[in-house]
Amino acid sequence: MTATATSRLSGLPDSPADLRTFLHGLPGVDKVGIEARAAALGTRSVKTSSKAQAIDLAIRMVDLTTLEGADTPGKVRALSAKALRPDPADPTCPPVAAVCVYPAMVPTAAAVLAGSGVHLASVATAFPSGQAPLEVKLADTRDAVAGGADEIDMVISRGAFLAGDYGKVFDEIVAVKEAAGPAHLKVILETGELGTYDNVRRASWLAMLAGAHFIKTSTGKVDVNATLPVTLVMLEAVRDFRERYGRQVGVKPAGGIRTTKDAIKYLVMINETCGDDWLHPDWFRFGASSLLNDLLMQRTKLTTGHYAGPDYFTLD
Amino acid sequence: MPESSTSARLAVRKTYKLYVGGKFPRSESGRTYLVDGDNVALASRKDARDAVLAARAAQPKWAGATAYNRGQVLYRIAEMVEARRAEFASLGVPAAEVDAAIDRWVWYAGWSDKIAQVAGNANPVAGPFFNISAPEPTGVVGVIAPSSLLGLVSVIAPAVVTGNTVVVVASNPQAAITLAEVLATSDVPGGVVNILTGKAAEIAPWLASHDDVNALDLSGVDDPELATELERAAAGTLKRVLRPTSGVDYTDDPGTAAMTALLEIKTVWHPKGF
Repeated sequence: MTATATSRLSGLPDSPADLRTFLHGLPGVDKVGIEARAAALGTRSVKTSSKAQAIDLAIRMVDLTTLEGADTPGKVRALSAKALRPDPADPTCPPVAAVCVYPAMVPTAAAVLAGSGVHLASVATAFPSGQAPLEVKLADTRDAVAGGADEIDMVISRGAFLAGDYGKVFDEIVAVKEAAGPAHLKVILETGELGTYDNVRRASWLAMLAGAHFIKTSTGKVDVNATLPVTLVMLEAVRDFRERYGRQVGVKPAGGIRTTKDAIKYLVMINETCGDDWLHPDWFRFGASSLLNDLLMQRTKLTTGHYAGPDYFTLD
Repeated sequence: MPESSTSARLAVRKTYKLYVGGKFPRSESGRTYLVDGDNVALASRKDARDAVLAARAAQPKWAGATAYNRGQVLYRIAEMVEARRAEFASLGVPAAEVDAAIDRWVWYAGWSDKIAQVAGNANPVAGPFFNISAPEPTGVVGVIAPSSLLGLVSVIAPAVVTGNTVVVVASNPQAAITLAEVLATSDVPGGVVNILTGKAAEIAPWLASHDDVNALDLSGVDDPELATELERAAAGTLKRVLRPTSGVDYTDDPGTAAMTALLEIKTVWHPKGF
């Protein structure tokens, strides 16, 4: 099995049967245990200067996202400007990690972000369902990269994964990674549709074996988005993957993370699961839109000493 | 046998908890204090923060309800206080004051669909415009309430009847929380009235400096130094501050001042005649 996976890592084709054997050979997830562990880590109290540092780190990890049918160039420009200076009243506030938009909006965002160090991510591959022919997905990806995106958020074919066609999912990821060229590849597992923690663990390993730079929980378009236990399973997967193959993979929970309190729970979980190697925007991201304003409000509370209100921050 | 089981019954004592977002939580700090032998939750700054969140969340829908509907809800409160006379009496509130408090609710209920006609206007202007001034609620109001039941009703009712939502710091906890139990059973949407019990000197500064509180009513602040400090903190966000200059007699006719103090006038210029 190790041989299988290693050869996969080096890009050599193997039979889907080997992949299946490997993924089903992964130890099962203890559902009760993982939920209890995630809940226990969520009770830590982070205060004063530690909280200030956690908030700044969380801001630097935000992938500021807008993925609506109603997105206009004006809205994307405004969001990109906010990404560069989240709090116009406070120049010490760090910029976010990246802006995440649909491929059609990539050139608009690229014009604002060029040369700033803030990355530009684009969802591609028939986001959010992933139910399109491979050729369409690859064209989607190439367009986004050509427009200036340096990170691609792809969705896996949940239909194929759930049907047990791991080989197809694997080949798609490999193909999209090739199409993405120099851009970093984040693979969205859409854990809300995978059903079980076992499937989350298998999908995580599948994506990493196929070459993902990041594994991401959700599209934000289904009922169940990122949760602490699911992210914990994925953090364990990236930790074990690095231990086994020496390559570090990032994690991005997305959808449903709205408050500073939630964000800090994730930071605690990273530290306790993977250690501080992952406590960096290169290795952990929050896919979020409303989270940023809450982080800014908490930051303002700490710097001014009184409670902040949403009237003083932009509507996104 | 029946006698022994009767004498063995333990009394169920009531803990007076906070009233936030339509629920009765304990203080997040876990603190309580004793008032006349009763356990009362001692609110912290974080309870104030949670109460402001609840008030803000409830405000647009409450302001968007028809004036007629808000009046009906206030009238319903009067009905429910009526049913709890015995409970207020057992807390030492004189019957005449309960009467006055009930009448106060009814009086303000009647104002709900009339205040716009009194405080608003169709203005004559030199130009082809309809020019209309319409009163709108200020938003979330922090209230430091006076200790009497009538005083409490006299500061809550004028704020909420026009569509504001309130965070009240009450100094007579048992009567205030009994009133909260009335509100909770009177079709008042959760979050419209939030009542915190505890020390005004501890909680009020956080409400005064809070960016998401739009007005501050200092009716219940007796200490002039604290009142000045609160006014100063409120100035940081240009809050509307109500500070009665001298002792108010709540049995007097309240007039419309308490309502209009928490209204903002919106003036609309509407072109006509083209």
